[in-house]
Amino acid sequence: MVNVKIDNIDLSVEEGTTILEAAKKLGIYIPHLCYLKGINEISACKVCVVEIQGKNKLVTACSTAVSEGMVIFTNSAKVRSVRKSNVELILSQHDCLCATCVRSGNCPLQTLAGHLGIYDLPFERHVTEQAWDNNFPLIRDSKKCIKCMRCLQICSKVQGCDIWDVQNTGAYTNISTVDNMPISNTKCTLCGQCITHCPTGALKERNDLPEIYDILADPNKVTVVQIAPAVRTAWLERKDMEPGIDTEGRLVAALKRMGFDYVLDTVFAADVTIMEEGTELLERLSDNKKMPMFTSCCPGWVSYLTMNHPEMLLNLSTTKSPQQIFGALVKTYFAKKTGVAPENICSISIMPCVSKKREAALASMKASGYQDVDYVLTTREMVRLLRAEHIDPRGLQEMPFDSPIGDGTGAGVLFGVTGGVMEAALRTAYKVVTGEEAPEDAFQKVRDTRSEGRDNAINLGGIRTADFDIAGRTLKTCVVSGLKNAERLIKQIKRGEAHYDFVEVMACPGGCVGGGGQPIHEGCEWAPQRGQRLYNLDKKRKLRRSHENPQVQKLYKDFLEKPLSEKAEKLLHTQHVWEKNYR
Amino acid sequence: MSRLKVETPDRVQLTVEKLYKDLERHIIASPPGLCPVDLQLSFLKVCQAQTCGKCVPCRVGLLQLQHLLEDVLNGKATMKTLDLIEQTAKNIEASADCAIGYEAAHMLVAGFDGFREDYEHHVKEGCCSVHAQHAIPCVALCPAQVDIPGYVALVGEKRYADAVRLIRKDNPFPTACAMICEHPCEARCRRSMVDVSINIRGLKLMAVEHAHANTVPIPEKCASTGKKVAIIGGGPSGLSAAYYLELMGHHAVVFEEKKKLGGMLRYGIPNYRFPRERLDEDLEVILSTGVEVHLNTRIGEEEGEITLESLNKEYDAVYIAIGAHNDKKIGIEGENAQGVISAVELLKRIGDDDMPDFKGKDVVVIGGGNVAMDCTRSAIRLGARKVGIAYRRRQEDMTALPEEIEGAIAEGAELYGLKSPHHIEADENGKVVALWVEPQIIGPIDAWGRARPIHAEVPLMRIPCDVIVVAIGQGIDSKAFEDAGISLKRGAIAAAMTGEVENADGIFAGGDCATGPATVIKAIAAGKVAAANIDEYLGYKHIISCDVQIPEPDLAEKLPCGKVQLAEKEVGARKNNFQPMEICMSEQEACQEAGRCLRCDKFGFSALKGGRRLRW
Repeated sequence: MVNVKIDNIDLSVEEGTTILEAAKKLGIYIPHLCYLKGINEISACKVCVVEIQGKNKLVTACSTAVSEGMVIFTNSAKVRSVRKSNVELILSQHDCLCATCVRSGNCPLQTLAGHLGIYDLPFERHVTEQAWDNNFPLIRDSKKCIKCMRCLQICSKVQGCDIWDVQNTGAYTNISTVDNMPISNTKCTLCGQCITHCPTGALKERNDLPEIYDILADPNKVTVVQIAPAVRTAWLERKDMEPGIDTEGRLVAALKRMGFDYVLDTVFAADVTIMEEGTELLERLSDNKKMPMFTSCCPGWVSYLTMNHPEMLLNLSTTKSPQQIFGALVKTYFAKKTGVAPENICSISIMPCVSKKREAALASMKASGYQDVDYVLTTREMVRLLRAEHIDPRGLQEMPFDSPIGDGTGAGVLFGVTGGVMEAALRTAYKVVTGEEAPEDAFQKVRDTRSEGRDNAINLGGIRTADFDIAGRTLKTCVVSGLKNAERLIKQIKRGEAHYDFVEVMACPGGCVGGGGQPIHEGCEWAPQRGQRLYNLDKKRKLRRSHENPQVQKLYKDFLEKPLSEKAEKLLHTQHVWEKNYR
Repeated sequence: MSRLKVETPDRVQLTVEKLYKDLERHIIASPPGLCPVDLQLSFLKVCQAQTCGKCVPCRVGLLQLQHLLEDVLNGKATMKTLDLIEQTAKNIEASADCAIGYEAAHMLVAGFDGFREDYEHHVKEGCCSVHAQHAIPCVALCPAQVDIPGYVALVGEKRYADAVRLIRKDNPFPTACAMICEHPCEARCRRSMVDVSINIRGLKLMAVEHAHANTVPIPEKCASTGKKVAIIGGGPSGLSAAYYLELMGHHAVVFEEKKKLGGMLRYGIPNYRFPRERLDEDLEVILSTGVEVHLNTRIGEEEGEITLESLNKEYDAVYIAIGAHNDKKIGIEGENAQGVISAVELLKRIGDDDMPDFKGKDVVVIGGGNVAMDCTRSAIRLGARKVGIAYRRRQEDMTALPEEIEGAIAEGAELYGLKSPHHIEADENGKVVALWVEPQIIGPIDAWGRARPIHAEVPLMRIPCDVIVVAIGQGIDSKAFEDAGISLKRGAIAAAMTGEVENADGIFAGGDCATGPATVIKAIAAGKVAAANIDEYLGYKHIISCDVQIPEPDLAEKLPCGKVQLAEKEVGARKNNFQPMEICMSEQEACQEAGRCLRCDKFGFSALKGGRRLRW
């Protein structure tokens, strides 16, 4: 233990603790900007500077460990002056048009400037203008970039994609794509982790809301919305909202209030995914070919594999993602059942994901004869949509999802959390193979149950393995989230060090609940608590196995016949290859 | 009334003078990988501040150039802008009144010649072509990429054995490098921005003096792979490769033509600089990994030699590291006279303890490199009555380290600068009696900034002597390899930067035999590179790492402080024997010196990219 004094308060902390963490224990908040625990500890912004008694030079609290007898001042005159000056310098290169910024009200830089009382700048403002392809689902506004390097670090250390780089030197230093390529030429998987870890509005998703308003205004269009599992955990993460308001029923009601005609649930399509992918797995197991089988629900992961390991594409399940299964069914089965002409349907999905925007635009995703999913909104875009209408969920009556493809089981709900697809698949596979039902909670081993260190994207998910005995055969499973972890796993498989039957991969740390399209909370990871909400929803569902879903049973009876039927293959499966389309 | 006064600089001038010195030191410590156009602009601004303002080209032209360069950097320039910059600079060069203007413009023109591609990259791509590489300066400049800030910090904490272990991660010759490394690491030490570079080699010496290499055990070896690698040459490069290959689990078998291991460390560097027993410490550690050694074994087609072909067949890979041990002939009349000896021959005999007797003799050494200084100082120690150094340029043009030259002079060597060897005079028995030299005057400066000697219009000069040592460089004994089908480039073995030899599967080469005579640390680095790539070639990916915990930087103020230099024994005590002459720093000195390190591993760009490499 080390004894220190911070702002005249004595404290004893473990050796190696940073000044920032030590002060936090005393309830003393030291403002910081570029720091991202375990990921970006480069002390570049110099906002967290503190004074140490007897030292002339200030030190950064984020990167300096306490030492015995250290006397620290977090708010001396010198600290105040330097901290303010550094934020002023950052603002002098930041386009401070906060009123028109997506991050307004949720921007650490804006908050910091407010807290420090910076109301005018002593410096002339010069912002950097770099060109960008505004059709790409990931948008970078160089005018707002403060060069904190978080994007570059998360892309490298957590996702292992390294699509960002430092360009130029000296005062001309910028962030750019690697080799200054157009973003669409890089190996960007659109995971969106750079967006959710950007402290400003420099990184954001493409704004597709204007098109949505046009569609809503068009009397000939029938709007059909699907909502991904993870969205319901995060759509109302507002400090001013009392707990319990953010139910699925109120989310449906809010979207109905917006004017959408049908509000349906992607969880239904997740159940269909299980039927198709589960059957596919059992087929592969019987002839032991193209093993292990990888899940294909996550377009970030699918694009990662197509770009980096095309030789392993046959290992991907041919089953489409729930979003695309849903899209293909909306303009066929749903259209038939409701009598709406498919050409009049506008299919909109709300996803915790930026990569889904690209997935929907792929040429291979037109199984219905139309573009299966017309628009994809992120959770954040949907939140903006509701905010723009001043919809207060507190005043809404709960409403059920619409039929006939609106209901999903607890298994499908789990698709939003790392390990969830695996757990859902196991529940159904057990029944198909043994003819008996396993208890719903028999496969919890695949869950990420650690409690330590989960405040940091680098620690979320990781690689987890579990073996299950099903009818005398051992099924070897592996669950991984975070693309750098996925790459580690691929290397192990390629070197022959790891052998699995079924591997679930989600690109975002912690799964879709930690997706790149989810609401942003500076400095903390919300994936674990959102994941817990999905587990709770699963637990409360009456039906918790995909094959028990009556709407799914009806779908097969009336339309698809059986999993992997000719029709199912045509509508719900695809051979994944690299495609450049993104709009 | 006074008519005149004595001018003394005022406070402003004194401050500016100090700032000039600060800027000089900043330039010395300039890191690699900066945008050349941005630097050019900064230089231009300095030049522009020097302009008196009288003449148009300098006053207006330099300012306009500055604006145009800013356009380039801000992405506002076109290819036409570049033409305008170049033409304007040439016009200024042609018409400025004084050197302030025309030399400023000349710098710009030279920049255009040197990095036009980068200018064009800025115009076409909107950014610099140079990639930011503000890595840890000392590590970046060490050919073997030794973790310098790490071991400097360890020495500062008196953890000498840990320092040796950390060095060994990248260099299995900590003792050799502590004593004789040319320390390129110190050249751009960021500490120069504060005062002057850290004495890095001195701190390494501190480590090996307090934790002799042979007392620090090697790390655990990887499991045996059953692969065998033949290494031709038992010098620093071959043995470095052997050490790492053994750690990786391969079996390294070294073939050395001489009686003992060490290569140039034994046969090129005299004992007073690097005592044999200290060399043996490094060798002992390397051999403790299990390296197999065959001494007195030559590779070639001759009787009693092993053919390259048979090695290639018997072993899974071959590393050629034969060094550069051939003497170069000077090509003047009388070169074959009795008493003319090559530097290689002299140092080899000393290395084998076969000391020539120079007692009472007059010796002249021809050459100006480190080897010439080694020969000079060895000759003094061998009892020569008088030793002279004949060199065709000036003392400041010599390639030897300044301290080596000064040491030789202090020990009594006479320097014959600007004397080009003309011919050797022998007596009727064919014995050397004098070296005739042709005096030179210093002349024009060549493209590389080096002043060239030219013929002085005076008669030849005679330097009487009994022994002449020719130290004008070494060649590579590559004939046997050429005959075995290995391609050569200018006499050196044609190896890529990865060590792979062109068109020869499984054969690698490195060190002096691939680059021409260079430094020991470059040879070690080549051995390390070869080990890594041979490992890959054999289908493995073994990791070399070191688990030593490196101390966190202290928060002490970095106030300007002098650099601790290593002392040498006084001349009288050192010049008559081959005993080591350098004196290690004290603990007090070492702690102060280590404390000067700015820890660029923790501060600056390396905190983001290009920082510490824990493994390779």
